[in-house]
Amino acid sequence: MSEYRLEMRGVVKTFPGVKALDHAQLQLRPGTVHALMGENGAGKSTLMKCMFGIYHMDEGEVIYEGEKVQIKGPLDALNRGIAMVHQELQPIPERSIGENIYVGRYPTKKLGPVTVIDHDKMYEDAAKVLKEVHLNYDPKAKLGTLSVSQMQLVEIAKAVSADCKVLILDEPTSSLTAAEVEALFTIVDELRARGVSIVYISHKMDEILRISDEVTIMRDGQYIGTWAAKELTTDMIITKMVGRELSNLYPPRENVPGEVVFEVKDFTSINPKSFRHASFQVRKGEILGVAGLVGAQRTELMEGLFGLRCHSAGTVTYKGKELKINQPKDAINNGIAMLTEDRRATGILGVLSIADNVSIASLNQYLIGGIMLDDKKIEQLVQDNVAKLSIKTPSSKTLIQSLSGGNQQKVLISRWLANDPDIFILDEPTRGIDVGAKYEIYCIIADLAKQGKSIIMISSEMSELIGMSDRIMVMCDGRVTGFIDGDKANQENIMALATQFE
Amino acid sequence: MKKTFNLKKFLSNNAIIILIAALALIVGFTTDNFFSGSNLKNLIINVSPRFIIACGVSGCLITKGTDLSAGRQVGLAACLSAMLLQSVDYAARMLPGLPDIPVFVALLIVLVIMAVFGAINGCVIAFLKVPPFIATLGMQTIVYGLCSVITDNQPMGGYKPSYSKVALGSLGPIPYLALFAILVGLFMLFLYNKTRHGKYMYAIGGNENAAQVAGVNVPATLIRIYVLASVLYALAGFLVGAKAGGASTATGNGYELEAIAACTIGGVSTNGGVGKVGGILIGVLVFEILKICLQFLKVDPAYTYIAQGLVIIVAVALDLRKYLAKK
Repeated sequence: MSEYRLEMRGVVKTFPGVKALDHAQLQLRPGTVHALMGENGAGKSTLMKCMFGIYHMDEGEVIYEGEKVQIKGPLDALNRGIAMVHQELQPIPERSIGENIYVGRYPTKKLGPVTVIDHDKMYEDAAKVLKEVHLNYDPKAKLGTLSVSQMQLVEIAKAVSADCKVLILDEPTSSLTAAEVEALFTIVDELRARGVSIVYISHKMDEILRISDEVTIMRDGQYIGTWAAKELTTDMIITKMVGRELSNLYPPRENVPGEVVFEVKDFTSINPKSFRHASFQVRKGEILGVAGLVGAQRTELMEGLFGLRCHSAGTVTYKGKELKINQPKDAINNGIAMLTEDRRATGILGVLSIADNVSIASLNQYLIGGIMLDDKKIEQLVQDNVAKLSIKTPSSKTLIQSLSGGNQQKVLISRWLANDPDIFILDEPTRGIDVGAKYEIYCIIADLAKQGKSIIMISSEMSELIGMSDRIMVMCDGRVTGFIDGDKANQENIMALATQFE
Repeated sequence: MKKTFNLKKFLSNNAIIILIAALALIVGFTTDNFFSGSNLKNLIINVSPRFIIACGVSGCLITKGTDLSAGRQVGLAACLSAMLLQSVDYAARMLPGLPDIPVFVALLIVLVIMAVFGAINGCVIAFLKVPPFIATLGMQTIVYGLCSVITDNQPMGGYKPSYSKVALGSLGPIPYLALFAILVGLFMLFLYNKTRHGKYMYAIGGNENAAQVAGVNVPATLIRIYVLASVLYALAGFLVGAKAGGASTATGNGYELEAIAACTIGGVSTNGGVGKVGGILIGVLVFEILKICLQFLKVDPAYTYIAQGLVIIVAVALDLRKYLAKK
């Protein structure tokens, strides 16, 4: 028996046109938390999906408990004791918690000649495993009544119920509050003490350094190395992930905030649980950061200002003129632009070309005779933006879905630049973007502010907010709880405002 | 990124077109008269109204919708045209007191009346958020019922010669029917590629939420699409009636499925956001050629339906495979 619970060696996985894994490897010891790190697209999730049997690898082997095995699919993996909590949960909200835990492997009993599901046993067992993850909930309750973090615990309970020896957690904390993260870590500690090997995928350096025993770093589908977590620092990890030294995380800012131009007063949602009585001002050429925990209703407030959500009270003024915004079109016509949080769901037009994606919000500017679109003008616009924002693309006719996240984001920024707006609302502008491309996005933001644009930037990355903002507005539970000047902001004073629950 | 020619991909993306082209070649060389002028003219005359209908339904498909009322709308338009354009001296005239109406005035009246049905479809889909499948399924039945009521379930004939001439006449070698189809095709090419409406349509099909964020007026665009669709069905119904020399409640039955199938064969994706006018024409041609081949092979019409149904399912399955493969 080797010292490892599970080993993956020389894993190669090719998708049409991309080599997602190029001789990747991973060695998991029993009773440890093993962090798997790398930029987006480094192949972390792909490697885990190979381990869990969702993908079949082209080359390579898996040695599990000293034996070479072939994992045929998720159910096979689960039966062997390998469980995975996916980054994007796949719950069945309309069914009970118990059914969600045992879906696909329900306990059964004989009822005469027929095999039926043993509901009593299922709910009994479910209650037991829920206790193990400290979730005091009736297993017969509908899953849909739980919060996202609780659903995640149900997923972990599912893994526990399979008596797993290997547990894969793919970005488990991306939507959790600080308190929920602590609760999760307690459970992870307990599982580790029981001898479970845990693979932990995350982008949050502080978490990694705190919870993990070992760290494996990947880059471009290749194995870079494995280190004891104690030996590593944040800077070392970033350097190894990116493959070069990153001297500055944030560009120097040369913007000079001027007079107040944009003012929101008493803005209140029609939904009583959402944003209420929000008031704030933004200056010309200012970057206003917006901090808050998940559920602080930051996105909802910004979408409300942009006309994507309804409000029941409040005024919005720009340069003293009151704006009436009931749909995005109204906001756009008044010089407001918004990069939404979920690029794929509400940003890119996936099957359309880059040219179409850039021009869609400003087509009125390229008309000949009021009807016909001027393709030359549009092409010129696209070429200008490709050059200005250094968008890496083979041509303007390339489909946007084939670009990387960073380049997609730049295309979306170009879309708004074409309208020459004065106010940019950026909701998590660097989410899901590589470390290298992040810096380029920061430069673009800093440059916009320097040109006198007003920027409102929501971010869940504390360091990003502190590094980029002139001022930070903090929200908690739908209310604006305070403002902090950028140079005086730190994790502590932001968190203090972000947790001011009523 | 280099664009290399991928034979396997080309074959699987165009499987149905290639199969039917091969079938046409085989039938052509084993039977008489397949490659003849009269057969070609027959093909063109059959393709023309179907292409117009397919153009109509294509906008619905590109925005991830559909229009199951297309065929019945064609039927109603044909019946309305018939009522307006029977000879004044025809004994069994549906509307005996009606004065003689010029053909193009009658066409205009039919287009306007049918546009109302498109507007209703569009409003139900855009504002009431009824899934297009259900909304237009309901409309299909409503239109059929209306058609039965106004025609009293009687077939109509006895058209005045100037109306019949629309289908029978030709400009040089080009039948009038084909001229209508060409004009519609050019109009659609312009609309889809050179106007805001076209871009908005593709954007909604690609990602409706993102289109809304980008300031696209989604409801207005959808309503325009369904109104235009109905206007095109109306034109097609007017032509189909002229061609057949009569109309009844059965006219146009099943045309929506042919049109949807033709669009899908021609590369309009049921996943939305994708579809070209040229592709639609190819799809309609391929579907009609299939029908003619089966006729030449003397296949029982009953089996022809089975073959057509299979082609529709296979076409959609192949289309969706393109998107599944990416996962």
